[in-house]
This record gives sequence, C-alpha cells and structure tokens, in this order.
Amino acid sequence: MKTAVVVFPGSNCDQDALKAAGALPGTEAAAVWHKDSSLPAGIDLVILPGGFSYGDYLRSGAMAANSAIMTAVKDFAAKGGLVLGICNGFQILTESRLLPGALMSNDCQHFVCKPVTLRVERNDLPFTLDYKKNEIVTIPIAHGEGRYFIDDEGLKRLEGQGCVAFRYCDASGTISPECNPNGALNNIAGITNERGNVLGLMPHPERYSEKLLGGDDGAKFWTSVKKWLEGGRR
Amino acid sequence: MNYKDAGLRESEYISLKETLGREPNDLELRIMGVMWSEHCSYKSTRPLLKKLPKEGKYVVLGPGENAGIIDGGAGVGIAFKVESHNHPSAVAPYQGAATGVGGIIRDIIALGARPVASLDGLFFGSINSAVHDGVVKGVGGYGNCIGVPTIGGKTYYDPTYEGNPLVNAMNIGTVKVDKIVSSQTAKSGQAVVILGSKTGRDGIAGAAFASTELKDNTKESRPSIQIGDPFVEKLLTEACLEMRDAGLFVSMQDMGAAGILSSSSEVAAKSGVGMTIDFDKVPLRAEGMEPWEIALSESQERMLLIVEDAKMPEVFRIAEKWGLDATEIGRTEEGDHYRIYWKGKIAADVPATTIGSDCPVIPWPAERPDLESRWNKHVKIDAPEDAGKALLELLSDSNLHCKEDIYVQYDSMVQTNTIVGPGSPVCAFRVTESGRICAVSMEADPWGCELDPERATANLVARSCRVLSVAGAVPAGLTNCLNFPSPEKPQHFWVLSHSVEGMAAACKELDCPVVSGNVSLYNETSVTAILPTPLLGVVGMVEAPAILKSGCWNEGDLIFLAGINTPTLAASVYQRHFGHDFAGRPLPFDAQKEKAFNSGALAVAQAQTADSARPVIGGGLITAIAKEAIDAGIGAVLDAKDYTVEEFFGEGATVAVYAVPADKAAAFRACWDNVPVEQIGTVGGDCLKLGDTVLATIAELNKAFRS
Repeated sequence: MKTAVVVFPGSNCDQDALKAAGALPGTEAAAVWHKDSSLPAGIDLVILPGGFSYGDYLRSGAMAANSAIMTAVKDFAAKGGLVLGICNGFQILTESRLLPGALMSNDCQHFVCKPVTLRVERNDLPFTLDYKKNEIVTIPIAHGEGRYFIDDEGLKRLEGQGCVAFRYCDASGTISPECNPNGALNNIAGITNERGNVLGLMPHPERYSEKLLGGDDGAKFWTSVKKWLEGGRR
Repeated sequence: MNYKDAGLRESEYISLKETLGREPNDLELRIMGVMWSEHCSYKSTRPLLKKLPKEGKYVVLGPGENAGIIDGGAGVGIAFKVESHNHPSAVAPYQGAATGVGGIIRDIIALGARPVASLDGLFFGSINSAVHDGVVKGVGGYGNCIGVPTIGGKTYYDPTYEGNPLVNAMNIGTVKVDKIVSSQTAKSGQAVVILGSKTGRDGIAGAAFASTELKDNTKESRPSIQIGDPFVEKLLTEACLEMRDAGLFVSMQDMGAAGILSSSSEVAAKSGVGMTIDFDKVPLRAEGMEPWEIALSESQERMLLIVEDAKMPEVFRIAEKWGLDATEIGRTEEGDHYRIYWKGKIAADVPATTIGSDCPVIPWPAERPDLESRWNKHVKIDAPEDAGKALLELLSDSNLHCKEDIYVQYDSMVQTNTIVGPGSPVCAFRVTESGRICAVSMEADPWGCELDPERATANLVARSCRVLSVAGAVPAGLTNCLNFPSPEKPQHFWVLSHSVEGMAAACKELDCPVVSGNVSLYNETSVTAILPTPLLGVVGMVEAPAILKSGCWNEGDLIFLAGINTPTLAASVYQRHFGHDFAGRPLPFDAQKEKAFNSGALAVAQAQTADSARPVIGGGLITAIAKEAIDAGIGAVLDAKDYTVEEFFGEGATVAVYAVPADKAAAFRACWDNVPVEQIGTVGGDCLKLGDTVLATIAELNKAFRS
C-alpha cells in the first residue's frame, strides 16, 4: 500500500495523514507537492489532507482545486485510483467536482472541534471494508465549513445511489438534528462517488487512529484500504 | 520633535544625549521612545526579575532568548513562553487575540523549533460581550488555520477586566537540541534578511501603546493594532524550518514589538556586532512611508535572518517555494554602530547596545497597601442551607462553569499528539521526536493576589507544580506573564514586587526554574485597575509509565482524599459567589508540605495505583468530586461526616481526590510517606450522596456545569 499525501500551501494535517496511513507494516506514505504535475509511480491511494489550503481565501478548497497536482489526481481517479479527501480535502474534492455538492459554513457559525459519533452507511468501499454496516464509530471533526449541501435533485440522486458513506448520529445510531454538528443535509458526514473509489468526509480518521489519542475507530480506514489492495475486496 | 512626545523621560533623554555626544535627531528620538518603552525595555521590572531562579536539572536554555527550553528527552528540547496581548485585544478583540497567538508562535520559530501546542489565559469582565466573542474567535481563527493545536488554557471572569481584558498566549515548540537557533550569534560581514510579509502601516508603535494606560476613546489607538494572516505564518513556519534543516541561519529573530528596529538592533547588540539597515530596500505595502514608520511598523508574519552570503541563493529558493518575499535589507559589520540609511543618507546612528540594553532602570517607589483591613474584613455569605443546592449553584458560576463553549472552537487535536486536551486540570501532548509525554499547567489567582500577593503567588507556583505531580509529571520549567496595573502608583508597584518575591521563593523551594516570561503593566482604564494577575505556565515531563488522568472513575473505586484538608474561604469561588466580595488572608506557602505531597503524588502515578485523580482547586473538595463524577458519568457515596463549609468549599489546601480500585488500596496508601490519606467514599450509582443524603444527581450536576 503506497500512499501519496498532497501538500498544498496551508495544508496542516498532511503530516498526520502521512503518520496514520504509513503506520501499518507493509505500508508507505510520502508527501507530494501541489506544484508537481504527476503522482509518483505505483501509488495506490491519494490523500487530500485537512487544513486551510491557500488560507481558505476565496472559498475553502477553491484555489487548491485548480492547482497543478489536481489534474493528475483527476486522471488517477478516472482510472479507478483511490482518492480520500479529509475535511479541507473533502472541500477540495467538491470544488474540483470529483464529488457533488458543497461544504458551507456550520449552522452554529463557528469552528467546531470535538469527537462525534458516526453511522457507517457503506462498508463495501475500499475505505470501509473493515467496518460493519451501521456500525457506530467515534471520530473527531474540526471545521468551520462542514455543512454538506446539494440541491434537491442532487440529494435524491446521492441517496438513491447509496453514495452517503457516513452520517452524524447519536450514541445509539439514531440520526437526528440534535447530533448534527454543522447542519449538514440528511446528517451527511461523508460521501463517495458512484464508482466508490473517491471518498470525502469532514471527520478526521487520522486523528483517531491510535488509542493513546482518545480512540482508534479511524484506524480501520487504513486497514480497509490495505485489505482491499491485497485482494480482499467484496 | 520633543523627547516627551517621543515617550522618553527627561533622565532617559539626558542619558541618550550623553551617549551620542550630540542632540538626537527626530528619528532617533522616536526609535528610542519605543525601544526604551516599558514593553521593550522592562525598565520597571528588570531588578525584580533578577530574583527569579533560572537553573534547574531540565533547563537547556534559560531567559535571554526568545523563549526558554527544557530537556524533553532523546536530545529534544521543549521551547515555551507565554506573552500578553492585552491592550490590542481591548481595542480590536479578534485581531488583538489572533496576533497575540501569531506573535508567540514566531518567538518559538525563532529558536528553530516547530510549534506543537498552544494554551491561552483569558480574563474577561463578563461572558456575554463582543470582546469575549472576538477574542475567542481570534485565538481560534489564528491557531486553527496555522495548524497548531490549542490544547488547554484558563478563562477567568472579574468586573475589573471589563474594558481591560487580558489575553495571554502561550506556545510550546520542539527542537533537536543541536538545531537550536540563537538570536545572539551574528558575525560581521553577513547579510541581514527580512523574510515574510511586506511592511505596512499596521501596528505602528504598538509597543508604546502597550506601555501606557488604556484611553477612554480607544478608536484613537486603532493605528497601533496589527492585522494577522495565519496562512502566511504557516508558510513562514514551514520555510523557516526547511531553512533550519538546511543549516542556512547564522542567527534569527522574530519581528514582534517595534518590528524591524527591535529585531535587528537586538541581534546586533546581543551578538556584539554593528549593523546597517537600508530602508530603501525594505519591501513596503503602503506608499510614502516615513522612516520612523518603517522602523516601528509591527506588520505581522516577518522574520529577521542573518545569513552568510554563500547561502543566500538557497534562502531565496526556499522562500520562493513557499511564496514568500526574502530581501537583503542590510549587513552586519565590525563595531557597535547601528545605522539606518534612507534615500542614500544616514538617517539614524545609535550604538546598538544603547538601543538594545542600556535603558536606565526606573526605581519606582513602593508603598504597602493596607492589607490588614482586607484580611480582617468579614464577608457575609448568603448561601443556601442545603450543601447540594450550593454546589449546583457554584457549578454554574462563570469561573467554575464548563468552558467547552470556548474550547470547542479551537482545534485541539491537529498534529495528532494531544493526549489530554482542554477541560482537564492539566493538558498533555506526546513529543513526536522522543515519544515522551509532556504535561502543561496554566494557573492564575488574581483574587488571592489582591489579598496577599506574596503568599498567593507562592501558592500559585505550588498549585502549578501540584497539578502536574498529580498527573505524574515532574515540573521542569515555568513561564510567566505578569499582568499588573501601572507601576507608577506606589501601591501597585509594591504588589508587583511582592508577587515576584513570592514566585521567586516558591520556585526556588520547588525546583521550578523560570525559563521565560513577559511583563504587561499599565493594565488599567480611567474606571479601574485590574486585579494583580500573574499567570503561570509550567511544563513538566511525565516520568510515570502513563499520565494519570482526571474524570476516569470506575464503578466500585474507593475515593481517597490525599493531604490535609484545612483550606480557607478567603478569595474562594464560594466566598465570591455567595458573598459578592472577597476578603481574608490566603494560607501561607509551606514548602515542606508541598514537597511531601508532590513526592507522594508522583509515586502514585509511577505505581499506577489509581484510576483517576483531581487536585482540589476552585470550588473546593466537593466541586472536585462533582467534576470527577460529571466527567466519568458515575455518582459516588461519600461517607457520612459533618463537613464544615470550609472543608467542603474552601480552597488553598494541598490536597487531591483519588479514585482507587479496591485491590490497589493498600499499594496506594503505601505511596504516601508522611502525607495523611483518608478514604472518604465509594464510586457508584447515579447520584452524589453524603451518607444517605442525596446532594445532587449526575443529571443535575451535568446541567449546572454544562448548560
């Protein structure tokens, strides 16, 4: 499992993603600079990390979506390569139209950083093989603009095609406005494309990848991808 | 220009004239007015600060550089410092707080360290105010974007901070000891480089602004406010660390107060070299800037580098990679002349040592205030008869209430090293390079310091060391922010002096050296002066196998009280909440008692005989127990006993509450040599009970504490 983590000016979770995605035996992870026009050979997974790329000026993720490396990332995704966008990376994925919809300002109008509970809606994706369907997991969020939004038609299509991968829920798995930390439509925390090779989510699995830091529910992202690459796909 | 308009005192002007052997010109007067301001020169406090101990077994670098450094294991240094940004935050809360965070982060970068954690000490008049909202958003706005986690801090409320809030920002960084960069190692014949943002008219003479009382019409002070851009500082951080790894620096200094002037003259003075700076070369963002504006601009996100000529191409290459300006603006030279060129001519020529260090000390007169009348005053307390009701009301007091509404707005987890985040008595992070765990406390007690500055400040040091010891961390070094009113009033200066005396004594006794710090005076408006507010940040290394956390009760654990619980209501939250006033005398500092307690606490953490521990601080014993119950979500039954109000709600005793599994009780007791340990209850149920009496349910405690 070879992972490339793209570093944009203002990325600040790039090192965290490198650490988490490269922690398992038999995995390696390396940084890729945003000005590069191609990805290194033999890459299995591209991570667009969290942070404030280009200061989040203009719109979150908007400028990063137009950087040189994103052309290569789009090609990679078109060929079925695995692309994971976390937080600002999710925003970059929607801005570059690799995923539909947009991330808007939290309805509480301020930044929110805390562990939240999520319900796993899809466990047949390369990123989620090791989760159980409807499993309730705890993974932290840290964002000011994480309210997922899409027009009615888009939402219908998204839900109809089962492209919602994670939803904010309470401890018992119930989906309600009370456990929605940002006002996202249908409590959407993460979505995938139809093909299932591109995933974007606001929560940070790399932050809960070891127990010492409060939890390791996010670690299954990395074991899942590894298993999928090793032929364990469902 | 008159020397008074430049902010100089007559004696300072005479001293300057004698040094130069001529009349200083206008630019020189303006320069010296700022450089000899209280904020830059510490002219009121230098003799006091000399009393603080600087040596300790963990100390790698004491005061004198941009921050102090302690040994974090495996050849890694932990650099840290706290700094105030009080006046700017009063005028422009968001920008004031944001640039406070940005400024202290640059201090850490200047040592070649990577910033890894921030804490903030905030003091407000009230919760519901634009200042409160702006400051919190500013701290978060800067820290979140730059990607440095805000892992802890303290927030206090008192009417005296209305109009003069305090914003104390602390940053911690890590650096391999052999990669530490100094601001004192420039040699002659090297390039003086400015890296980062262009220089503009923002924050002109902010240092002078910080050195007087706040004016009633704060709009006049707006030009002194700096504007922060955390995105640029993130780029600056990465560029500086890349240059550090490539060995490109001879010396480095951040640009904070008094910008180019202060940073460059300090490097020259401390390194013992001369320097010329050509203002025509400084990249400007505003047209028609005067030389004094260029000299004193506090535009943010700039660093001053000293570089050998051969390494300049590499400096330019890395700067360009990160999209930053790098410009050679001057040269170091032999001698002691600090010269500014402007339009091809010498505009100022002053000895570097005069600017940097020769400011005459002011021996302000001190007068002891009438402390006895406050010690002997009786505060009438109208508390509910029912201890449970009093506890619930106390938990809703803004000074004890949960601060989640604040810290949820801070990214506390980025860099994936946060082991204990905000909301606990101490916070803790993993040092990436060594795998060691570092615990940090932040403490203040302005009310106690008002009643007895010497005792209360000594006790504050003791409290800081105690909370770390309970967590299993050995205090390694202390940083302080001395927030006080004008030293020109003799009673204020007496309080400041005695607070420092108390700190010095306790730091010596408890082996807790002061490695860095900051002084913020003139914290007063025309209405009121702030309470004396020394704030302490102490960094400790966890020597136990794991950190001992709070709020980790398990059903069936035995609850122990370690230490002798003879506290006082003087300055306690209970007294202030129910008595609407504070009086009495804080307890004396007792070094032997503290040392015995700390050694027992460290032994418990080392032997891992407890599930959870919480030092008794604000709100007293019953509040500490209630907070444990709230965090763990489990109740407790306290053994029936007639607790006095002091024993239940009093503060200042050297005690902590432990939750111990029954099978480890004997081993737990054995950890405490000469310190009394008493079992006072058992964990379990969904209520907090005293014997058969329900004090409150967990749901009620939660509601009072959180909503």
